[in-house]
Amino acid sequence: MIPQLGQFALILALLMALVQGILPLLGAQWGRRTWMDTAHTAVAGQFLFLLTAWGALTWAFISHDFSLEYVARQSNTALPLLYRISAVWGGHEGSLLLWTLMLAGWSLAVSRFSGGLPPVLTARTLGVLGLVSAGILSFTLFTSSPFTTLFPVPANGRDLNPLLQDPGLAIHPPMLYMGYVGLAVPYAIAMAALIGGRLDAAWARWTRPWATTAWAFLGAGIALGSWWAYYTLGWGGWWFWDPVENASLMPWLVATALIHSLAVTEKRGAFRSWTVLLAILAFALSLLGTFLVRSGVLVSVHAFATDPARGVYILALLLLVTGLSFALYAWRAPQVHGHAAYHAISREGALLANNVLLVVAMAAVLLGTLYPLFMDALGLGKLSVGPPYFDRVFAPLMLPLILLTGMAPLLRWKRSPPGELTRRTWHTLLAALAGGVVLPLAAMGSTTLMVSLGVGLGLWILLTAARDLYTRLARAGGPREALRRLPAGYWGMTLSHLGFALLVMGITLLSTFEQERDVRMAVGDRADLAGYTFQLRDIRPVEGPNWDATEAHVRVLRDGAPVADLYPQRRVYRVQRRPMAEAAFHTRLTRDLFVALGEPMAGDTWALRLHHNPFQVWLWIGTTLIVAGGLVAAADRRYRVFARRTANAQHRGEVS
Amino acid sequence: MRPRQKRRLAGAALVVLVVSGASALVLNAFSENLMYFYAPSDLAAGEAPDGRIIRLGGLVEQGSVQQAAKGVRVRFRVTDTAHSIPVVYDGLLPDLFREGQGVVTHGRLGSDGVFRAQRVLARHDENYMAPEVAEALESAGHRTPDSQRAY
Repeated sequence: MIPQLGQFALILALLMALVQGILPLLGAQWGRRTWMDTAHTAVAGQFLFLLTAWGALTWAFISHDFSLEYVARQSNTALPLLYRISAVWGGHEGSLLLWTLMLAGWSLAVSRFSGGLPPVLTARTLGVLGLVSAGILSFTLFTSSPFTTLFPVPANGRDLNPLLQDPGLAIHPPMLYMGYVGLAVPYAIAMAALIGGRLDAAWARWTRPWATTAWAFLGAGIALGSWWAYYTLGWGGWWFWDPVENASLMPWLVATALIHSLAVTEKRGAFRSWTVLLAILAFALSLLGTFLVRSGVLVSVHAFATDPARGVYILALLLLVTGLSFALYAWRAPQVHGHAAYHAISREGALLANNVLLVVAMAAVLLGTLYPLFMDALGLGKLSVGPPYFDRVFAPLMLPLILLTGMAPLLRWKRSPPGELTRRTWHTLLAALAGGVVLPLAAMGSTTLMVSLGVGLGLWILLTAARDLYTRLARAGGPREALRRLPAGYWGMTLSHLGFALLVMGITLLSTFEQERDVRMAVGDRADLAGYTFQLRDIRPVEGPNWDATEAHVRVLRDGAPVADLYPQRRVYRVQRRPMAEAAFHTRLTRDLFVALGEPMAGDTWALRLHHNPFQVWLWIGTTLIVAGGLVAAADRRYRVFARRTANAQHRGEVS
Repeated sequence: MRPRQKRRLAGAALVVLVVSGASALVLNAFSENLMYFYAPSDLAAGEAPDGRIIRLGGLVEQGSVQQAAKGVRVRFRVTDTAHSIPVVYDGLLPDLFREGQGVVTHGRLGSDGVFRAQRVLARHDENYMAPEVAEALESAGHRTPDSQRAY
């Protein structure tokens, strides 16, 4: 009964999406207010039906309804409740349902918070979102419905992939999808504005909080995925330039360019058509990411569920969306061109450079990710691009970007006298670069050119942001006053930039100074790494709800004094009979100690992997700050005040 | 020159500078880091380039995995059922590494015919097999078992 209800709700949601995608667009074109207003009803209806479908699927998981093929494949009676709930999005069908539910949620938010907008723009925005939703929903219904039933009903399910039985992975996909799907909103607003032929400062201002929020979620999703890879895959690495990771990084890079370019469009009216292009590109890359992950075209350690037929559908959808969008762009963009004069050395100039660097970096990642696919498709051999390619191209492109991150907030709009800039900053830059030499020497005992540059430029961001903050605090008359008077947008930017600085310094130090060692140990053996002694004290069996494990007790000593007791496990999940290493950590501000237990070897010995990762936690602190900054900036009062003011103005207009 | 033209020129110069710099980086790093895939039969036929990092994939031959008496060195053979290549690897094997299952290794072929692996990847899903491995097996005349079909 429940599954049929879910399937039915899914069909109704598709119908609602079609209504939402067609009526408001036509209404906006022909000036029919009642047609335009159907958008809000359709959005609410679609969200409600998708929520029903979602609830039905979740209930099927909770109540062990193995008559559903999807539940039988992803769950088991021994699976703990938390993972039964997260198993809903553990596979292809459920994750698509999550995708559409989130799109409906974003659309609902647009519909609810669009009070200040011209109704035509709102109707068109919701219409475009409805079309996107109809595309994905029909894909879900026709090729991958989670409500497909199974007969005869199996007695038990095949259990969730053990890799996914982890709290980190329970929240990683929802965050990532919030970001992916959220980028549909700036895209839809840009499309709506292109159709109407009006791209002004109000449009940019209205887009900004949406773009920034989606960008923050996407960043959180990527960081959680990286964190999960770090402690679950048991490899001790945190980024592998795996195609699936690249698929999420590319839209994030473009979205980063977008939120900076939107600032210029809002404040100065420049970069208009470029901003629209970025909004289209960011969403197209989101769809490309879905295509890459879901079609199985990739040779990837991640490719969980793969099916070429589905890939063809998504590829067609991707081509349709990008094709139509770029056609509309080519037709309309010349009309919306904005003219705003600015000097090369100005905040506009710096943000332009930021955009160019980010987009070029994205293109380099795209090349490395897609090149093997093209070669394979053309029959020119099977190959893959090794991670060193990405490291060697990405790092040099990031260096000028980091320099700009510290500099741009100090520049003025329109024109900044070059003399003034150098006079104000040369000693800060010098101090930062000196710190870049001294700090690694003090912390790690050695340094290289790249390390000093990375750390130095990270310090440069920290110092310039701190100085800027200090001047503003002084000008505002004390921290409490400043907290009230300085806009949330400024605090958000500063937080994110500080986070970026910590991230850069962490990555630089970690990637240069990390040490790892694979050792073979019997109980009582010791191994040394980076000044620490790891002693294997005990090996014993332990039991979990749906797994059995061997657990090692490793004591870490430094100069004979105990530092930490770590308990890495090697689990075997009962249903799928898969072994999986569960690594153990000891985290401090300046380093992580990491132990993973490998397989048993002859003579009662065990293989263990030991890692010493300097400054690993800086990556997580840095990304948290970046995300928090985005959320703070999106909550800026002036976006709401602006919405209310235009609403009032309109209201008055209608009255008089 | 009018200011607007000047600005345009500066913008264009910036784009050209960044793009050409990036292209230089890409061209430099790209060719060095391309890793071609080889099946054991290709290596047996002497097709592998000397000294380059390549990827070798196939099945781990039944009964071929040998641990050293000391240390974490492990030896095994990778086969496509027609030919097999000895592999030596120092380190922890992935969780899903098993005899008779698909594997992809990154490394170099030594002049002694032994493949020195730097990285060993096993499949991460019960139903997933690297497409190249499946193809290599097929071209060597081995039918991929149904259970290893992508779900």
